[in-house]
Amino acid sequence: MIVRRGIIITILGLLMVNGSAEAGVLPEDRADVLYHLYDGGGVEIDGPSLLVRKRIGKSTSFVANYYVDMVSSASIDVITTASPYTEERTQWSLGMDYLRGNTTMSIGYTTSVESDYDAKSYSFSVSQDMFGDLTTLRLSYALGDDLVGRSDDPAFEREIDRQHYGIGLTQILTRNMIVALNFETITDEGYLNNPYRSVRYLDAGSPIGYSYEPELYPNTRTSNALGLRGKYYLPYRAAIEAEYRYFTDTWDIKGHTVAISYVHPLGPWTFTAKYRIHDQTGAEFFQDVFSRSEATNFRGRDKELSALTSKTFGLAASYEFIGGVEGRGFIKKGTVNASIDFLQVDYDDFSDLSTGAALDSEPLYALDADIVQIFFSIWY
Amino acid sequence: MKIRSMGRLLLPLLLLVGLSGCSNIEPWVKPYERDRLADPIMSFDMNPVSSAYMQHVYEAREGARGAEGSAGGGCGCN
Repeated sequence: MIVRRGIIITILGLLMVNGSAEAGVLPEDRADVLYHLYDGGGVEIDGPSLLVRKRIGKSTSFVANYYVDMVSSASIDVITTASPYTEERTQWSLGMDYLRGNTTMSIGYTTSVESDYDAKSYSFSVSQDMFGDLTTLRLSYALGDDLVGRSDDPAFEREIDRQHYGIGLTQILTRNMIVALNFETITDEGYLNNPYRSVRYLDAGSPIGYSYEPELYPNTRTSNALGLRGKYYLPYRAAIEAEYRYFTDTWDIKGHTVAISYVHPLGPWTFTAKYRIHDQTGAEFFQDVFSRSEATNFRGRDKELSALTSKTFGLAASYEFIGGVEGRGFIKKGTVNASIDFLQVDYDDFSDLSTGAALDSEPLYALDADIVQIFFSIWY
Repeated sequence: MKIRSMGRLLLPLLLLVGLSGCSNIEPWVKPYERDRLADPIMSFDMNPVSSAYMQHVYEAREGARGAEGSAGGGCGCN
């Protein structure tokens, strides 16, 4: 019973990301084998991700990705209203890029399967290089179909339709600086709340002062996000990147995200440090505790819909074990990479019910998680 | 909404940029001056397999989505 929100919507990415500075060029042939681990807030999720990209002929590049989440959860939601569980999610993605002149067309398909949730996504994008390849304009569209189930009710089946529209502009400004502006609109329609989650409401008849009832979300959601990022090559061989995103949606969530990172090569090593902060308001139908049962038309107590601030500090190191002009055999370059990110989320309107504190003196919930990635990459 | 009006402003601007692509604009950064931009450290997405995973984590933990790179689907959100 993996719980999810906002799923299979921005699938375009993994399949279609082109190096922005490589206008009019197909992505490089490479393969990555990654192990990922998320550990925090009573949740442990780990698994592999395998990504292979290969050109066929001069104008076509294929990409495939296999990704698994193995979940063991005793999160704050689970321990207060349900039982700890384990779950597995498997995702396959296939994509193709076709380059013709200054135009790259991409298509992609992704499928994700778990015991109580299936998701499929189809994506298409076109990017066009202009002005002597200084400017790249990209238009994208993705369509998602999700099927929501319940592990305790085989007859339960609900659908979600998603549409994703994106426009992006990447611009080389100087010989040391590149910027990108992206705008994305995502619409969801269908069963958007979580079949397992509950809200709580004041109940004088309960010994703890409150009771639970199922959450109920609106059937539609439209979000808009505007992102601006820039990367600058420093006077010595190193790069600094800054990023800002403004987010708003019809659930009245507004968010600001800022990130800054520094990349520093040193011989065969490349080190990266990153800091990211995200701050958002809560959804209009979110309440930590409702005044009574069915107090509002829509109601939710999903902590991701609370006002919150999330901070991440990350460090990464990459070591090039095959490189130089010659490479080794058919491998041009090989790297081994490790990273750790420390994620801290402070919820402004979501109480920690696990402490057993009285209704009016519950502390706010906070979450710390360690995110580890280890991966090998080869270019051929 | 503020972001919608921004979108309304942005779209014609981008279309204008697109249309003017037909005209003959001299690139002010010449191809031979792009050695630094071609350095892998200047890529917005040095390791797609890793950035897609981090995007997935953020979408599971936060209420916002989109315009921050790219992501795969699904989560262990609970």
